[in-house]
Amino acid sequence: MEKFSYTGLFLFDGLSCFFLVVIALVSIPSAIFSIGYLSPCVSKIKFSLANILLVFFVFSMSMVVTSGNLFSFLVFWELMSLSSYFLVVFEHTHQRCVRAGTIYLVMTHMGTAFLIAAFAILYVHAGSFDFGAVKLAVLSMPQDMRNIVFLLLFIGFGTKAGVVPLHIWLPYAHPAAPAHVSSLMSGVMIKIAIYGMIRFFIMLLGVGPPWWGIVILVFGAASCLIGVIYALMDHDLKKLLAYHSVENIGIILLGLGIAMVFKGYPVTTIVLLGMSGALYHLVNHGLFKGLLFLCSGSVAKACGTLDIEKMGGLIKSMPVTAVCFLVGAMGISALPPLNGFVSEWLTFQAFFGALLSSQGGLKIFMLICVAVLALTSGLAAACFVKAFGITFLALPRSRAAQEAKESSLSMKVGMGILAVLVVLFGIGCGLIMPYICQVAQEVLGIENTLFSFNWFSLSLAPISPISISPIIFVFILAAVSLVLLAWFVLSPRKAVPCNTWDCGYYVLGARNEYTATAYSKPFRIAFSFFLLPYRKVEKIRDSFYHVRSFTYQTHTTKIFKQYFYDPLVGFTYNVAHKLRWLQPGSINLYISYIFIALTILILALVIL
Amino acid sequence: MIEKTFLIIIQAVFLVILAPLISGIIHKLKNNLRMRKGASVFQPYYNFVKLIAKDEVISRNTSWIFRATPVIVLGSVFCVCFLLPVLHKSFFLGPLGDMLAVIFVFSLGRFFLALAALDAAGSFGGMGSSREVFIASFAEPATLVSIFVLGLNCGSLSPSAVASLEGWRFSSLLCGSALGMVALAETARIPVDNQETHLELTMVHEAMVLEYSGRSLALLELAAHIKQIIFFTILSWVFFPCPVNAVWGWAWFIIKLCIISVFVAVTEISLAKMRLFRVLDYLGFAFLIAILSAVFALIGM
Repeated sequence: MEKFSYTGLFLFDGLSCFFLVVIALVSIPSAIFSIGYLSPCVSKIKFSLANILLVFFVFSMSMVVTSGNLFSFLVFWELMSLSSYFLVVFEHTHQRCVRAGTIYLVMTHMGTAFLIAAFAILYVHAGSFDFGAVKLAVLSMPQDMRNIVFLLLFIGFGTKAGVVPLHIWLPYAHPAAPAHVSSLMSGVMIKIAIYGMIRFFIMLLGVGPPWWGIVILVFGAASCLIGVIYALMDHDLKKLLAYHSVENIGIILLGLGIAMVFKGYPVTTIVLLGMSGALYHLVNHGLFKGLLFLCSGSVAKACGTLDIEKMGGLIKSMPVTAVCFLVGAMGISALPPLNGFVSEWLTFQAFFGALLSSQGGLKIFMLICVAVLALTSGLAAACFVKAFGITFLALPRSRAAQEAKESSLSMKVGMGILAVLVVLFGIGCGLIMPYICQVAQEVLGIENTLFSFNWFSLSLAPISPISISPIIFVFILAAVSLVLLAWFVLSPRKAVPCNTWDCGYYVLGARNEYTATAYSKPFRIAFSFFLLPYRKVEKIRDSFYHVRSFTYQTHTTKIFKQYFYDPLVGFTYNVAHKLRWLQPGSINLYISYIFIALTILILALVIL
Repeated sequence: MIEKTFLIIIQAVFLVILAPLISGIIHKLKNNLRMRKGASVFQPYYNFVKLIAKDEVISRNTSWIFRATPVIVLGSVFCVCFLLPVLHKSFFLGPLGDMLAVIFVFSLGRFFLALAALDAAGSFGGMGSSREVFIASFAEPATLVSIFVLGLNCGSLSPSAVASLEGWRFSSLLCGSALGMVALAETARIPVDNQETHLELTMVHEAMVLEYSGRSLALLELAAHIKQIIFFTILSWVFFPCPVNAVWGWAWFIIKLCIISVFVAVTEISLAKMRLFRVLDYLGFAFLIAILSAVFALIGM
């Protein structure tokens, strides 16, 4: 079963190579995009600096996934965090970016601290940093210890992946970074945490108790629902996408969770389906989220803002960006025939398999997960109708949007490559699936190939007589379109341009359009128990009858920030404030601190 | 193989041709129940013919999305016609998809329709679009859970397995009623939406297609009829599980659809349209029924 030995500094097994491919697929278009995105607006030195950091970032990510021992894993993990931190604060003159960078740095190091703790426990038991030694040592570890390691690793990797409630840094860090960096951070970096989960939970820790999988499922379900609800409420294009990363990490975790729950079961097909669904969604999310972030960069450059309430009508002035964004939006909303549809379908199939072979309470739990996933995909589609519709359709809502120009060639190429990949990973699913299945089999240690593949459809043939075929779907759609087109051409009707229906009053303008806030209002009311919306109304009156100005703002409460992180930060500040007397600034006192510490250490050494 | 493909295409065309009739029957029944004479059951066909002969009026603000949407919406529902075995349980395009794919393909059409509604820059379109995606996303859990329960009862999500349910099972009937509630929402019927309303402020589906006219409107209306017949077909499998045979299958099929149409018509005239936020309770109730049906399926009922 063991194809690759876990000895040595580096590791090139199927999983590592799979992640290297994911890194390459997203980072190459992002790098091409950065030429046109960054070089016109920064100095030459800064541009070079950005490129050096980018190279370090991509290099460290590649090294994390090929590390063969705990130590180098941790070193490159840290290098990855730091280089991405410097990229987040690239525009360091903005207060916003520095603040975002600080939040990111604190959160990611908290996560790393948990990882170090887990790795220390593993090292103590294995006596070596080598993955191979760890794998052997884990077998003789007491179950409690393994549970503790699991939880520590889950918190550590979960922080990086953005699992709710550790997602707090994503909506700050992604919007602050330059677009191609956010595309890499969201498309690839948070997936490295998923790599860590797969490597450690499934390959090194081996079969755990089923509740490990349940924990992953619960947090996955929470992440996808909460992520998408916040995304619906946010009208900053990049923040919205950042929350969608939380959602998609949740979907990946659902697939992974199924694989972990059913790992011990005799039915290997469910595990394989869950794992391949997770891996497929992982690469898909890298592609469409990378694409969407690049598009958001292109839009932001053209309009000078990320607020979609000030956009509109961009489909006419930026046709290429609009088509690319549409492809990405369709992919992430799981619409056939694009790639998101394939991976969500696989995840649903894994759930169906899990339902068929589970019993009692587990079955109902699985059904609830299905319902959450279904609600999530509905809400995600709603959110992207909002994002695309308000940004690109109808009339421009501001002068900047009116005067927007299409981006430069390199940016279009960067977006174009990813858009084509999103389409290809959808319609070519029958060709791509064998590779993903192979990786999943290697990860799970399943020998035989379960699926029979063909080029035109993704079929679960031996297990169940069902399949999907995006290519036949495209074929039928194209046939219908051609027939209708031929009909339109052969018997043309006049199309009279006219104003939009305005009940016969006056000519409608951009101010009459539906806004993103209005668009998401039903959802805000439906989820008001969770979002706790409130409004600020300010009226300045000349007299009782005449209001001179009127401002209306609506906000939602971010409950995790308000009720968990803010008190935590406040508590930390309080404690620091109370301990300030320790640091009066006198050098003599500090020397005595060092002396006392040294004495205690020596005493401790002598006594122990 | 060739012969079967040919039959599948014939069956899809049969569904498309039959679809407006069902709408016509429901409309006629509703009018008769209200003591009105009502238009002929063939009125949807007359409307179609009338609309395709007309010129179009298109808003100046629109983009290519607006023009492409009718084709995509019609194309996507047409694809679903290939997925449903109607005349015989093997008459469907197996490789194309399963019951889940049906839901996903519908969401493609809805996505574009919601975008097109925003494209004209009017408030009514935006309102309709926002409400449509709101209702659709809350309908999704109930739809998928009930389809999963149906699949559990037949052991597979393949359309042929679901189409050949044998006899009534309590859990199937229960999730069928959840699916029926969702079907009312998806086909824009009372109590969720009202197809006959003339007041823009209360419209959902009608507000989305408000800017359409002529041939585009004809295509969108046809697509709505087809979507309706697809939902009714799935309901007919659950509520009237009898083996379908190719010779008289079509007659049985029409009879089943007529019975469902009667139910829908009676429901529509005996209820009032709900407030938008009451729809949440309605769909939540459908979801609870679906979960309940899973519990019954679990204990073998």
